[in-house]
Formats: sequence, structure tokens, C-alpha cells
Amino acid sequence: MSRTVSIALGLALVILVLALVPPISQALGERSFPSLVARIMIYAIAVASLNLILGYGGMVSFGHAAFFGIGNYVVGILYYHHAEGVPLWGIIPGTDQLLITLPAAVIVAGIAALAIGAMALRTGGVQFIMITLAFAQMLYFFFVSLQQYGGDDGMIIRKSNQLFGLNLRDKMVMYYVILVIMVLFFAALWRVVNSSFGAVLAGIRQNERRMTALGISTYRYKLYGFVLAGMGAGLAGGLMAVFLRFASPDTLHWTESGELMIMVLMGGVGTFFGPVLGAAAYLFLQTYLSAWTEHWQLVFGLILLVVVLGTRGGLSGLLSRLTRGRS
Amino acid sequence: MTLIFEQLLNGLLYGVMLFLLAAGLTLIFGIMGVINLAHGSLYMVGAFVGTWVANESGHFWLGLLAALPAAMIAGFIVELVVMRRLYSRDHLDQVLATFALILIFNETTTIIFGRQPIFSQLPDALATPIEILPGLPYPPYRLLIILAGLLAALGLYLLINKTRIGMLVRAGSTSREMVRALGVDIRLLYTAVFGLGALLAGLAGFMTGPVLAVQVGMGEQILLATFVVVVIGGVGSIKGAFIAGIVLGVVDTCLRAFLPGMLATFMPGPEAHSLGIGIASMGIYLLMAIVLLFRPKGLFPVGG
Repeated sequence: MSRTVSIALGLALVILVLALVPPISQALGERSFPSLVARIMIYAIAVASLNLILGYGGMVSFGHAAFFGIGNYVVGILYYHHAEGVPLWGIIPGTDQLLITLPAAVIVAGIAALAIGAMALRTGGVQFIMITLAFAQMLYFFFVSLQQYGGDDGMIIRKSNQLFGLNLRDKMVMYYVILVIMVLFFAALWRVVNSSFGAVLAGIRQNERRMTALGISTYRYKLYGFVLAGMGAGLAGGLMAVFLRFASPDTLHWTESGELMIMVLMGGVGTFFGPVLGAAAYLFLQTYLSAWTEHWQLVFGLILLVVVLGTRGGLSGLLSRLTRGRS
Repeated sequence: MTLIFEQLLNGLLYGVMLFLLAAGLTLIFGIMGVINLAHGSLYMVGAFVGTWVANESGHFWLGLLAALPAAMIAGFIVELVVMRRLYSRDHLDQVLATFALILIFNETTTIIFGRQPIFSQLPDALATPIEILPGLPYPPYRLLIILAGLLAALGLYLLINKTRIGMLVRAGSTSREMVRALGVDIRLLYTAVFGLGALLAGLAGFMTGPVLAVQVGMGEQILLATFVVVVIGGVGSIKGAFIAGIVLGVVDTCLRAFLPGMLATFMPGPEAHSLGIGIASMGIYLLMAIVLLFRPKGLFPVGG
């Protein structure tokens, strides 16, 4: 009971701090800081969705950026057809309403995850890693080859999406929209992880054969998990397109999948709030190291190597070890 | 007709390159169970060191003499410092640690050699095209690469199938535990296999130097295709790597060469070009997905 209360208090505190970021950084003159935090929150959604299959379900997907990128492009393409006034394939009208574009991004990413997952989950181990990578690369080259939507260069979303007459062009307003969506997403994820479905998923990671022996169709549960994770990444990708007003094939590139995995690992594989910490650690490091030296990737590579070889459980493992040490 | 023949030769060239890289990778995969994303970095080390030495000394073949030991030493260092700690870890840790190695290798190379691609000068005798068929001139250097790749394949075949080390390697990829239990110094075997893989990667890197640009990031461009070869061929199988490498090399090259033209017959030019290139780039991944759907362990699976 007291643990639940302290978790709830901690959460309220985190949300409060996040809500106070824009006014405080405004006062300190750090104008770009809220944008960085907004990107961290968006990535946290994508990373948490990857963590659902990777950390809880034990499926090492090396192609998660595919769904992130699909979400990105759904928002971009819907805007393109809205601006041009020409329906997609002659039937689907474009739109710039956030309440339509984001759910569309989630649904399309979910359908893609269903198709890819249904095939990829027939394999396992190294082959699963490689087949997810293969599908992501196929989608990457597919979007690069679409000249209509900018090809290599990606597409600019000139006007921001609409939501209840809010001015989403204002980064401050957008920041709070992202914060609300992130909180809602993590609340939903909490329900999923702590449901019987979450328990089955964790059981499959620990011992798939035992779950089969219990009469559970593990393939189906893994596929459900894969689809949910794809939908989460689609949400994050769509949100990123709305936030940056830009959709780019880079969001599907295999290095992006690698980055998402790095963030999962840095935060702590299979922990609930690890993804937030991991996304924050990665983007802070990237931002401040690249401002400090042109060769930031060298420093980052060394840090990553030490983290992988030297720590167990990433940042949240470190945190819980520290707090346990104190009490 | 000559055009098709020329593209087939180009495909063969790409295929032997893929094989040289995939051979090392599949052994490392099969024997040690490690996913090594940094294999492309060893290829890059061979290319940079070899090309630099060749340019500085003015002797092309001195470059080869420098590239092979450089890649091998880089391989040994990577194995001793990083890989050893990864053998018992799960795939996620392996992917991320070797991803970190890519970043380290790329930035270090940028610091030493700069961001500009470097080019190597071929000896005239190798650069002037010779007429291999009536109406088909072809650079002899490219033929030499194909020959060298095939020779390397033959050498590897003899090494794996006819020597004691090869026997241990084969045993290691079928049953690692049993080899260890029989008292073989498995750590030495691991280091040797890793060094061999690095050597082959360095050879491939140096030889592609005059054909492609030697630049930072060249390793990643070919790495993914190499992984596709390894997975299609079956993890741990040299034979599979050879067959899959050649097939993928030819398929990929021919798709890139002919698909845009074929699409252009019923589509506007620029769109046909970009769509053709796009589909051609997807080709090998599509092939891998299809193979894995029907043979989840690849074409020539090793072990039980």
C-alpha cells in the first residue's frame, strides 16, 4: 500500500516537474530546452513500446523504427493531400486534424506491425533480429523511392495540425499536448503491463515452452504484443511529425532502430520507467556532446560500450541499487 | 547481350565481395554465437590502411601487404578487448556493444583520415580495359578481384575441410560445448577465427578500394547486405555464404541495372528511375524474408 502511494507521489512530482519545464527555462533564457524535453517525451513513447516486446516479451526487434517512420509518414501524407486538395488514391481525403491524423498513424502502424509480425514471429533468435531489420529496410527504401512525398529529402508539413483551435505552431502549446499524450500513453501501458496479458508476455520471455505447456498459444500473444508495440511507435512517429512539421525517411533508417534499442538498454531493459530515463540520457548526451565536440560519436561510442559491458539494468538498475543502498 | 554479360560479371564481383565478408561473419556467428555489427568496420580499416599505404608508397601491392595485417590486428584487439566479454551475453548486448564499436571506428577514422573519400591509383596494366569478348571491354582489375575472391573461397574450403584447425572450427559450429569438453583451448580458437574473419574483411576492403570510394561509413553500406547473405546461407555455413553471396550479388546488381529501364517502358522516366532503384534496393531483403518464411534457419543450416 505505502509503495503504491509513494509511486503515485513520485509520478505526480515527475509530471509537475515536466509541466514546469517551459516556464522555468523561459525564465532562465534556455529557449531550446523545452524542445529537447519534448523530443525526449516523444522518444520515451517509442522506446517504451519497443521495451514492451524487447524487455517484457524478450523479442529483440531490430526494425522498430519502421513503425515510428510509418506514423511519421501517415501524418505527413495526410497533410500533403489536405494541402493539395487531392484525395489519396482518389478516395481518402487528406486532413490536418490532430484527432484524426494521430489515430490514423497508430492504426496504420498497427496494421503494418500485424503483417510484419505475423511473418517475422515464425522465426526466432538471430533470424528474428534480421528479418525485422529486413522489413524495416524494405520500408525505408520504399519511402525513399516515393518522389511524390519528397523521396530522400522527406516532406515538410507547412502548416501545423489543428486541435480544438489551439495554436500547435507555438512550441509551448505543443509541449503540453505532447506531455498529456505521453502521460495517457504510459497510463495505458501500465494497464497492459500489469494485466494478465502482460503476465503471459513475461512468461513467454522466461520460458516459452512452459507457456505452451500451459495451453497458451504463444505465437498469438507475441503477435498481439508486437502489434501493440508497433502502434505505440506509430503514435510517437506521428507525434514527431506534428512536432517537427517534417516527415523524413531517416526515421525508418536502421540506425534509428539501433538508437531505440540503445535507449531501451540505457534506461534498463524490461523496466517500466526505464524508457523515459533512457531517452533522456541518450538525447541529453547527444545534444550536449555534439555541442562540445565534433567527434561526439567517439565519446558516445565509448560511453555506450562501458554501459553495455559494465552495467546490468541500465540507469533504472543503477537508481534502484542506489536507493536500496540508502534504505 | 554483352550488356547482360557485363552486368553478370559486375554481379559476380559484388558477390565475391559479399562472400569474403560473409565468410568471416558466418564463422563468428556460427562458432561463437555473436552478432558482430562491427565486421564492416574491419573492412573499412583494411580499405583505409591499404589505400593510404598504396598512395604514400606509390606501390599498389604494398597496400595489400599493409591492409591484411592491419585488419587482422584490429580484429585481434576487438576480440581481446570487447568480444570476449560478449560470448556469454544475449543478442541485445552484442548488437549494442558492436554498434558502439561502429561509432568508435568511424569517428577514429574520421579523425585520422578526414571526411573526404580517398582514392587509390591502379597500376596501368590493371586499369586499361581489355576485350574479354568481342565488343565487351572489361577492366582486368575487376577480373582479378573475382579471381582473388574465388581463390579465397577455395582456400577457405581447404582450410575448413582438410586441416585440423578447420576440423575444430566445424566441430565448434556444430557443438561448442563438446569441443570445450574435449579440452580444446576454445579461447584461442575464438581469437584465431575472429582474426581470420578480420583478414578476409580487410582483403575485401582493400580490393574494393579502387572500385568504390574509400570513405567513412563504407562498412555499414555493405554490412547489411552481408548479414542478409549470412542469414539466407544459414548461420555458420561457409558453403551457404558462398552460394548466397554470389546469388545475391548477381540479383542485386541486375535489378539495379535493368529494373529502372524496364519500368520506364510503361512509366514516366524520373518516377520509373526512383521506383526502380527503390524496388531494387528492397530486392535482397525481400529475398531474405521469403527464404526465412520457408526455411526459418536459412538454406544450409549447420548443427542441430
